Amino acid sequence: MTMPAAAMKGQATGASEAHGVPKRRLPMVHKLAYKNLFHDRLSLLVTLVGIVFSVVAVSVQKGIFQGTKLLLNSVIDHAEAELWVVPLETKSFDDPYLLNGREKQAILSTPGVASANEMLVSFVNWRKPSGGLTVAAIVGLDDLPNGKLPWDIEEGSAKAIMAPNGVAVDAVYFEELGVKKLGDRAEINGFAVTVTAVTRGIRSFTTVPYVFTTIANARAMLDASPEQASFIRVKIADGADIEEVRKRLAFRMPQADVITQEQYRDRNINRWLFGTGAGVALIAGTALGIIVGIVIVAQTLYSSTKDHLNEFATLRALGASAGYINRVILIQAVLSAVLGYLMGMVLSLFLVWVFKTTESELPIVMTPGLAGFLFALTVGMCVLAAIGAIFKVIRIDPAAVFSR
Amino acid sequence: MATAPLLEANGIIKVLGSGAAEVRALKGINLDLVPGELTLMMGPSGSGKTTLLSILGCILSPTEGHLNIAGHSTEGLGPEGLADIRRQHIGFVFQAYNLVPTLTAIENVMLALDLRGASLADQPDLAYKALKAVGLGHRIHAAPSKMSGGEKQRVAIARALAGSPSVILADEPTAALDSENGKQVMALLSEVAKDKSRAVLVVTHDHRTLSYADRLVRIEDGRIVGRSRRRLKSGHTADEGFAGGSH
Repeated sequence: MTMPAAAMKGQATGASEAHGVPKRRLPMVHKLAYKNLFHDRLSLLVTLVGIVFSVVAVSVQKGIFQGTKLLLNSVIDHAEAELWVVPLETKSFDDPYLLNGREKQAILSTPGVASANEMLVSFVNWRKPSGGLTVAAIVGLDDLPNGKLPWDIEEGSAKAIMAPNGVAVDAVYFEELGVKKLGDRAEINGFAVTVTAVTRGIRSFTTVPYVFTTIANARAMLDASPEQASFIRVKIADGADIEEVRKRLAFRMPQADVITQEQYRDRNINRWLFGTGAGVALIAGTALGIIVGIVIVAQTLYSSTKDHLNEFATLRALGASAGYINRVILIQAVLSAVLGYLMGMVLSLFLVWVFKTTESELPIVMTPGLAGFLFALTVGMCVLAAIGAIFKVIRIDPAAVFSR
Repeated sequence: MATAPLLEANGIIKVLGSGAAEVRALKGINLDLVPGELTLMMGPSGSGKTTLLSILGCILSPTEGHLNIAGHSTEGLGPEGLADIRRQHIGFVFQAYNLVPTLTAIENVMLALDLRGASLADQPDLAYKALKAVGLGHRIHAAPSKMSGGEKQRVAIARALAGSPSVILADEPTAALDSENGKQVMALLSEVAKDKSRAVLVVTHDHRTLSYADRLVRIEDGRIVGRSRRRLKSGHTADEGFAGGSH
């Protein structure tokens, strides 16, 4: 055996590469964490299952929450108004009443207003061609065919809705409405209607199908006066201050609420998601997913740390700082988070795809923002879960290496 | 001219437990380790060898007394300060090897280099050289589970030497080894001790290790009860090789 001590000194010569030792790109602390993690594959599997469960649970709950918000506000968002004039204390779009009937003139004569469009919304009885009855929500518009509603017209046209007693329905509600194709006839409140346009993807949160038609048709079907409407969509003139215009309108119409697009969206969400408890259930589901993930990861990380306690004691004896050892555990936690997140996201995206392609009633979306939030949440969750293991390791007695 | 010690322990007292359960494990130990020497510490079980080794290794702090490692006093240092001293100046060889089982031989040595702040670029080469120097250049990718006890202990020695610490502390390095491997490990430690920048202390029960030592310290009941230096070697048995009296 050669003299080892002097051989330890001197320069690195590159001899190791010739013997298959790759250059190091990351400090050994990463390698140690990686090896600890993959050493016990069953424990890693359990950890990953916990994280995947958590990611999928949270992404589905949040996805439904986001999807529901989008669904609730689909008509409001597509209407593209800047202000809405609605009956006093209107809680949501799907809970409509009638304005007095003189609002449009007052609005148009207010400085800063560029346009005002009426909308008449009400629940109606839809008699199917076969004779059965169901409920629909009629949406009467005064800006056809050039307005933004309805959208995603697949058959027919916005102009065709303006035909006498023409209506637009969504293909996903064909079965419920008892129609099969463009041109089919039905009755609304005793009035004969013809399907002159078919949309694809306009769903309502209440599951009651929207039926778009002209405001004149809607007034006739509802026996409303020629001036009455449920809502008025207001666009602001260029350069006008939206809040100033809102205040002016509110002053002129104390018998109505004048709210921004954002405020109307919030009312809608509050009414349906929090007024009914649906939102609380989704939030509770999200919280449960997070808690389960933390508990499972904490348990497996703690167990893994206990399994490697002797190594940590050795590291401590060799002079590793507490920070170095904590880094091993944290890197394990983050590695687990990344792996679990990737697997969970694949599964979540698959579920979103399944729901989308089967045109499920469940509105579930995945956005880049939500994906980013989920990643941050997963990493945070795993780091939090590592605290128990870190506390265990902090208290290691390095003297334990002198075993007898 | 006398060489300055690399480790100086003066008046080391260690009290374990408290109240009725209080035990004075060490009762005033003075010990210096000078460079270029392999010192053996022997004593019966319960004599305080492990406690003393823990204190000299800056794993435990003494209740009283002073300890200097390579000119650095350990007085008043907390756990992180002691870890710092260990990392920079002390290499350990353990009875149970204490290699990281999930790392290969070379990775175990690189881990020690990583702790000691060696650059990423230098770590593979330095680790390879260390393993080659202990005769394991052909086993650098072996996992500890695939190694014999002797090989594992040699990896541990390479790890202890990586980064060139001033003091090497070995706790029963041959206890888990057969005779042949034990000789190889002691021969290696003896070679290591010849380096004039390094001091080696071996705590052992194994009388077969006597022939490798330059100095022998006997500890009993928490006190050093005998110190002797090796005479010139020719013709003497291992035991006769040591002269009695103070060093």
